[in-house]
Amino acid sequence: MNVKKTATLALSISLAMVFSFLESQIPAFVSVPGVKMGLPNIVIVFLLYRFGWKEAALVSTIRVFLTSVLFGSGMSYLYAISGAVLSLSGMILLKKIGRFSQVTVSIAGGVLHNAGQIAMACYILGTSAIAYYLPFLIISGILAGIVVGIAAGILVKRIPRI
Amino acid sequence: MKTFFAKHRSDLLLICALLILSGAMFLFFLGKKQEGAWAVVTVDGVETARYSLAEPGTYPLNGGSNILEVSKDAVWLSSANCPDKLCVNQGKIRFTGECIVCLPNKLTVTIEGADGTIDLVS
Repeated sequence: MNVKKTATLALSISLAMVFSFLESQIPAFVSVPGVKMGLPNIVIVFLLYRFGWKEAALVSTIRVFLTSVLFGSGMSYLYAISGAVLSLSGMILLKKIGRFSQVTVSIAGGVLHNAGQIAMACYILGTSAIAYYLPFLIISGILAGIVVGIAAGILVKRIPRI
Repeated sequence: MKTFFAKHRSDLLLICALLILSGAMFLFFLGKKQEGAWAVVTVDGVETARYSLAEPGTYPLNGGSNILEVSKDAVWLSSANCPDKLCVNQGKIRFTGECIVCLPNKLTVTIEGADGTIDLVS
């Protein structure tokens, strides 16, 4: 890993963390728990397309860990990591298949992120009642995924390769 | 337009599948919907209290971390000690299967029917 790449990945981690923090400051505009824009995912989708799955996974894992240490709790780490792992695995798989556009990959990431968090919530709360929110979270995941996918697409196009 | 659909066939199929999935789940929950009779409180997955919707009142839950309001046709949390207050913002519920979740306190309030129909999912 050369210096430029190291610096770029470090910058990506801090940018994703800033996005996480920003997002946590936006008041919930709907009453469904877990509805978010998924701003940090812009960075992850960008890395996935610019560098590859290893770089995206590295930045995603470190981002989730550091964000939880700084702003969250042990509990929020469990939610975040389950969402992030499922989301990134799905995106890597869809990208590998090669038949899907970048926006669709990002949509799958958004939906799977929510699915992962609901699954973790079911496990932690010990009840499946919370699955009641899943239909709403699928829709919100699609909408967030579209925005994130378009934004990341612009970045891949505009930011010059190093 | 034809080229757009041809070019993005797999994309559209996947998005449609997701939309259909969420629609089907929504209808599934809607179909099970009926007037609730009980508000069941669980903390950490264990049922700790159960209040009849026929008996309005104000009840502190989980040692006072959340305050539950029960009225004749709705149940809601009026206060919580967590920072995000998501459970308070979730508003009022009254039909079976609806639930309010407080993730920080690991607390859920779920509406059950008169016959004790509890789990809509499993």
